[in-house]
Amino acid sequence: MQIPIEYYLILSAFMFSVGIVGVLTRRNAIVVFMSVELMLNSANLTLITFSSYLGDATGQLFVFFVMAVAAAEAAVGLAIIIAIFRNKLTVNIDEINILKW
Amino acid sequence: MIHLIYLTVLFPLFGFLFNGILGPKIKNEKVIGIIGSGTIGIAFIIAVGALFETLALPVDQRLTIITLFQWIDVAGLNIHFAYQVDQLSLVMSLVVTGVGFIIHVYSIGYMHGDKSFWRFFTYLNLFIFAMMNLILADNFLLLFLGWEGVGLCSYLLIGFWYDRKFEKSTTASAGLKAFIVNRIGDFGFLLGMFLIYSTFGSLIFTDVFSRALSFNVPEHIFTLIAIFLFIGATGKSAQIPLLVWLPDAMAGPTPVSALIHAATMVTAGVYMVARCSIIYASAPTAMMVVAVIGVFTAFFAATIGLVQNDIKKVLAYSTISQLGYMFLALGAGAFSAGIFHVMTHAFFKALLFLGAGSVIHSMHDVQDIRHYGGLKKYMPITYGTFLVAATAISGIPPLSGFFSKDEILWYSYANLGIVFWLIGVITALLTAFYMFRLYFLTFEGKEKFDSHKTHPHESPKLMTVPLIALGVLSAIGGFIGIPEIFSGDHGNLFHTWLAPVFKSAEIKLMNIGSHSHFEEILFMAISIVAGVAGIYYAWYAYLKKPAVADKTASRFKGAYNILLNKYFLDEAYEASVVNPIVKGSENILWKIADNRIIDGTINNLAKLVDNISGTIKKIQTGVAQSYALVMILGVLIALLWLIISYS
Repeated sequence: MQIPIEYYLILSAFMFSVGIVGVLTRRNAIVVFMSVELMLNSANLTLITFSSYLGDATGQLFVFFVMAVAAAEAAVGLAIIIAIFRNKLTVNIDEINILKW
Repeated sequence: MIHLIYLTVLFPLFGFLFNGILGPKIKNEKVIGIIGSGTIGIAFIIAVGALFETLALPVDQRLTIITLFQWIDVAGLNIHFAYQVDQLSLVMSLVVTGVGFIIHVYSIGYMHGDKSFWRFFTYLNLFIFAMMNLILADNFLLLFLGWEGVGLCSYLLIGFWYDRKFEKSTTASAGLKAFIVNRIGDFGFLLGMFLIYSTFGSLIFTDVFSRALSFNVPEHIFTLIAIFLFIGATGKSAQIPLLVWLPDAMAGPTPVSALIHAATMVTAGVYMVARCSIIYASAPTAMMVVAVIGVFTAFFAATIGLVQNDIKKVLAYSTISQLGYMFLALGAGAFSAGIFHVMTHAFFKALLFLGAGSVIHSMHDVQDIRHYGGLKKYMPITYGTFLVAATAISGIPPLSGFFSKDEILWYSYANLGIVFWLIGVITALLTAFYMFRLYFLTFEGKEKFDSHKTHPHESPKLMTVPLIALGVLSAIGGFIGIPEIFSGDHGNLFHTWLAPVFKSAEIKLMNIGSHSHFEEILFMAISIVAGVAGIYYAWYAYLKKPAVADKTASRFKGAYNILLNKYFLDEAYEASVVNPIVKGSENILWKIADNRIIDGTINNLAKLVDNISGTIKKIQTGVAQSYALVMILGVLIALLWLIISYS
């Protein structure tokens, strides 16, 4: 018996919402970062779902791109977080608000 | 030679370029002087050739227009660089190049040793170039080009000795004064020109004047044009109310005063009005204005001349006064009499100035006539020629001044009335008096200079030969205009020559004086008596009993002071025009209009932008999460809108 497509999509939507809430509410930059990854992965899940549902491999192919980009982004992002930590001795993003007027 | 007339313009231009570019390198006064005056001499020869060629033509074909090239072609306005050779422009060209040549030669001697010798001849040649353009122009715009050009040269030459003091300020500010006062007049001239173009649709003389006869133009338009042009003439020719610049123009070297501020440039206004005779003839009111301004200027300038002590100042006021006579003639409708006086005046006034220059030269730049005296025996040639010129300007026959001045007086009586004539005769008397006061104080009587320090001497040949040449011209120049009653069948040669130019104007005016020959001779006798009386009184007051002059001066102290201070005209202008402009510029234009309004608007606008952005910049907190929140809210709203619009 096949699992209906709605299940996948609901799961994906739930993961995305968790990611959003994480991004908006957490203070720790690393947790925020993880939440962003969660959102990316929820999008990946949706892509794969539809790919399998429609019998088209393009969606799965695209996921690989997303994952590669996410890996690169994680590397850059973590490097920035380390650099900020070295300067300010904190990764609390409420305190990292120098990019303003 | 008529078709070579453009060379009379090009040769001075060549002299100007040669001396201006190579002069500072050559530094050889001989070369610069020969080029400078030679070019004018050639121009004079060409003008003489053109005169003879024109004389050979039938009377009704004596107008030639030589077109060089197209200058302006914009929206129906078509102006050519074209020269008009006719009787009037030929007379003026001969005077300008002839007297100009003599003065150029004189300048070689006078300016000898000056550090800017080359610059002097450069300006002088540029002046002749501009003046010839003014005279020969066949349209108003080219005339205006020359008009501005001579103004520029006048400015440059008044301030020629820019490092010297002049009265209370510098020669440069005297030049500036001339320039600015002339600019006021030029504004009137420009307005006149615009009005001519909008009325007649052309700026070419022949078109405008033929249309002035054929078009049905209301008289007030003619009056307006004539008055505007006359405002230009009052500036250039130093008439009331724009006469204040000419006395200050004496700051320049004396040959400049002779050439520009006596013989040629200042008569440009007279020439221009005579050229536009038809326009003036169509506007009787404007004619009256010209006559009244002329006669009053003649009289007032003469009264100021009575008491001045600077030799050049006396001559300057005399020039203004004589220019007033010329305008009186124009206003009386006697255009050719006015031009005749332009010519004779050019001879004797240039001679007077050059004689004065010769005196100043030998007295080491002393210009106060109270420190001269008895120069007769030291400088015989200067003395003789000066006497000829002074007699000529006093209107003693048979010298040139008599014929032209008497004619003006006669026409002012015949066409305008006895009041004009009376003021004219009184002015003639005053003229004779101040001229001979100058003569007696300078050449006769006791020596009032320190003979141990100053050794007066006759000027070099380069200066005395021009004096003699002008002396001859001043003496016999009047014979070409002997009045009809004496010359019999020939008529007045000068008038016959110019008659075609002024024919249509004279027909329009219809000034046929029903006056008898007896009257003419009577008035002539009266004006001679006036001249002789002036001379006699000058002799009596300054030579026979020198105390008389001082006594008179102290008895009429108030009047004397007013005259000595030139009716406080400079002060009046200072108080009524210059100061309000300076103060107004400072207090209103600078401190309020510029500082408050213009700067204030800009600064306040900038402050407003600063305040607004200062308020709204607070939105950017720098907290990344709040930006994310706004973004997500935006996405949610977009999604909501999509869902609603689909269902």
